[in-house]
Amino acid sequence: MSKIVPLSEAIRRYVNNGDTIYAAGFTHLIPFAAGHEMIRQGCRDLVLARATPDLIYDQMVAAGCARKVIFSYMGNPGVGSLRFVRAETEAGKLEWEEYSHFGMISRLQAGATGLPFMPMNPTAAGDLERANSHYRTVTDPYSGREVVVVPALNPDVAIVHVQRADAEGNAHIWGIIGEQKEAAFAASRVILTAEEIVSEEIIRSDPNRTLIPGFIVDAVCHVPYCAHPSYTQGFYDRDNAFYLEWDEISKTPQGVQSYLDEWVFGVKDRVEYWEKLGPAVHERLKVGIRPSAVVNYGRY
Amino acid sequence: MSQTTTYSSSELLTINAARLLRDGDVVFVGVGLPNLACNLARRTHAPNLLMIYEAGVIGAQPARLPLSIGDPTLVSGALAVCSMYDIFAFYLQRGNVDVGFLGGAQIDRFGNINATVIGSYEHPKVRLPGSGGSMEISAWANRCYILTPHQKRRFPEKVDFRTSAGFLNDRTERDAAHLRGEGPQAIVTDLGILEPDENGELVLAALHPGATVEQARANTGWPLRAAEEIRFTEAPTEQELHILRSELDPDGIYLKE
Repeated sequence: MSKIVPLSEAIRRYVNNGDTIYAAGFTHLIPFAAGHEMIRQGCRDLVLARATPDLIYDQMVAAGCARKVIFSYMGNPGVGSLRFVRAETEAGKLEWEEYSHFGMISRLQAGATGLPFMPMNPTAAGDLERANSHYRTVTDPYSGREVVVVPALNPDVAIVHVQRADAEGNAHIWGIIGEQKEAAFAASRVILTAEEIVSEEIIRSDPNRTLIPGFIVDAVCHVPYCAHPSYTQGFYDRDNAFYLEWDEISKTPQGVQSYLDEWVFGVKDRVEYWEKLGPAVHERLKVGIRPSAVVNYGRY
Repeated sequence: MSQTTTYSSSELLTINAARLLRDGDVVFVGVGLPNLACNLARRTHAPNLLMIYEAGVIGAQPARLPLSIGDPTLVSGALAVCSMYDIFAFYLQRGNVDVGFLGGAQIDRFGNINATVIGSYEHPKVRLPGSGGSMEISAWANRCYILTPHQKRRFPEKVDFRTSAGFLNDRTERDAAHLRGEGPQAIVTDLGILEPDENGELVLAALHPGATVEQARANTGWPLRAAEEIRFTEAPTEQELHILRSELDPDGIYLKE
């Protein structure tokens, strides 16, 4: 059964005010188009969870969508500070819950595998464990030593961008596969965005590449260039220039407001956004071909 | 001191970091200077260095200088790509990483690092990015190296927040925590190299050309002791500088200053 719907419809149907959202992707495949759609629809009081909030959550926080962030690295990757999330937390206007990368991803791993918590070896850096009461210790029943534990994270909604999916949501991903699979399995509802919608036959031609099975997916949205200014491996490059530019834009609330007015509220959807970026940007983000060798699954 | 070649502080840090790497090391690497140090080591004395990125990339051979830790150039041509959980669990926690690079706003007398907040945690004066991978890297990589400019505000007696463990209050305390890693082994600055003594206290072990013990002391927030036999690092060589400037960072993105 086809689950294909426009992205705006998927957000309307599956995202409620107050929800915990995990928009997945470690630098790669960050679903910016979905973030922009949540801003356009005026989503409020969201709990935004991501290992790296990245610009997508900086923009959503600036637009007033969030009441809390859950994160493990609050920076603009390769550039510096994430100005809005930082200013709001410093001013006490935004709640936060903080982990190390491994703590964050262990929470998602527990959520995705149906476990109540996940153990980790101790790191002896106790300050974060004292600051965040979700960090606990338990005794390993086998050795008697202490291990650190974090509780399962089960977001209300996971949003996952992929290179290609079929109409049911069986999805192929390649490149950096940070936590897309974990987020999808951990969440109650899954919105999938895809660069390409392909036939089931394409998916079945390479089953090892299917990270997300369609039966856990609620909506499939065809959104080319969804990840810009993040990237999609093999489709378009990371827009490093924009990550640097955001550092300037986000220096003032006015700068952010005019960005949102022009690039989020000023366009209807991702198609308009991509056209507005213009041919020079399209050209700059083009990537060359470097295919993998074909694998033979065999006929049996 | 006579000096035929000039070089920037970043070049000095990168070259000295590269020299600490051994052939065959598995290195958990970040972008910026550590990435350049690893690539320099690979092109000089450590051709079998294996680079692992926290984005889940193993054996990367970047064709261009990556700006972010998750740059697509790290993936194309890599040996393997895995999930974030896998990179921290199978690779780091399991004990497959020899070297980790760390950075932070503050490093204290016992090598503890703060990358989280200046001031109090609940009401920070400055909110920094936070741990990322460093909490686990400092605990589980066999050896850790820290690259930092030598400034008093970066070297307080005690850090405001322990994002990652050095030797805690002294070496016996780290030993008692049974961490698999040996902790910070060298802090490379633009003046020299600090190393932990038998108690885990950082002492001045080496000076770069032209730098003095007094300079290092004046720029350290605790009464810095000098090792009994202080070493002097060799100035960056023409070959090292040539590789950095012509091959690794031709536009001077990381190495200008």
